[in-house]
Amino acid sequence: MSRFKGEGLTCVRGERLVFSGLEFDLGPGDALLVIGPNGSGKSSLLRVMAGLTPVAMGRLTWDDVPFTEDPERHRARLHYLGHENAIKPQLSAAENVAMWAGLRANPTGAGAALAAFGLAPFADLPARLLSAGQRRRLALARLSATPATLWLLDEPSVALDRESVARFEAAVAAHREAGGIAVIATNTELAIDQAAILNLADYAATSADIGALLGAGP
Amino acid sequence: MTRFLRVVRRELGLALRQPGDTAMVVMFFVIAVVLFPFGIGPEPAILARIAAGVVWVTALLAAMLSFERLFQGDFEDGCLEQLALVPLPLEATALAKALAHWLTTGLPLLIAAPFLALALNMPSPGYTALFATMALGTPTISLIGTLGAALTVGARRGGVLLSLLVLPLVIPVLIFGAAAVDSALAGLSIRPHLLLLGALLLGAVVLAPVAAAAALRQALE
Repeated sequence: MSRFKGEGLTCVRGERLVFSGLEFDLGPGDALLVIGPNGSGKSSLLRVMAGLTPVAMGRLTWDDVPFTEDPERHRARLHYLGHENAIKPQLSAAENVAMWAGLRANPTGAGAALAAFGLAPFADLPARLLSAGQRRRLALARLSATPATLWLLDEPSVALDRESVARFEAAVAAHREAGGIAVIATNTELAIDQAAILNLADYAATSADIGALLGAGP
Repeated sequence: MTRFLRVVRRELGLALRQPGDTAMVVMFFVIAVVLFPFGIGPEPAILARIAAGVVWVTALLAAMLSFERLFQGDFEDGCLEQLALVPLPLEATALAKALAHWLTTGLPLLIAAPFLALALNMPSPGYTALFATMALGTPTISLIGTLGAALTVGARRGGVLLSLLVLPLVIPVLIFGAAAVDSALAGLSIRPHLLLLGALLLGAVVLAPVAAAAALRQALE
């Protein structure tokens, strides 16, 4: 069983309160679409979920255990796709995927992952020759190369053509089918079945939250 | 452990694809040392007197050139985030980075050093001391440089700042490294110097990865 839960999450970036009082509760096969205007904290929420940014207030738990208790285990169960593709231009497409897969458990091989995103013909091409959309697909192929329960995807469909978006949607569907959880921050329409929607505009910080934070602060 | 070695292998693999980076550091080392006879004059006795110090100082400066790119590239293309999310403690990743840096920069400098000392007419009793102290000193420099690189990652003009942070910290390595060669030339034991350099290395192995990991976490936050 996997239950990924957030309760009363508050995030502070720099000196700015980004969102507060945010709640979510995800089980196996669930998907969460995070939407909201630019600057509303979509990326911040994903970074908080990945454990890159510490939580200012609130609780993030996996099976009711705060994941700060064992951050390595949390990292082992998640895939995070950020704004940057984490691609080394001097390596080939296959090497890029294999490099990251090798650092995780149970790699399934770069070939299948590349094929899933239509990159098989470019496997041996240096990544610097790939187009922006192909690079994004290469970053997505990384997700398929090793199993991870939790996918945290920040604007995954940026620069993708329509066919690739369909491939991506299929990959997410297969991931959920296998009991995985997907959290996707997006500003474009994605066909994700029965996805819960979290609009960050609803959690914009209010002055009462700021007061609570100051009261609770160190 | 295998993940640690895989991170090292990743770094080595990336360095091999860009051999120019290592070559540039070694070339800087060679050219900077060769400048001294031109500046000071070709008096063999004077060159022999300053050989060890010149080799040590220029090796340090050459190493400074290589630290800026240690984390900066990974930071800019998103790889650093992914490295931080690999199920391996960030401290181990930092140590792997330092080890790979030593293999790609410290080791070539170490190999080049005796030849440059020879070019400066260093007397023969000094070579063992020079090689031994550099073998102990260059890993310490790699570790401290990794810490400096982690502290300045994402900073504007990070390279200059990095040198300002790292150079004062490696002064002890320089003192004992150059002094050991002087001792050897004077016919004294180099053992105390080597022991002190060994102690500095052990201290750096323990402290630098922890501090570097903390700095990287701050940078990624």
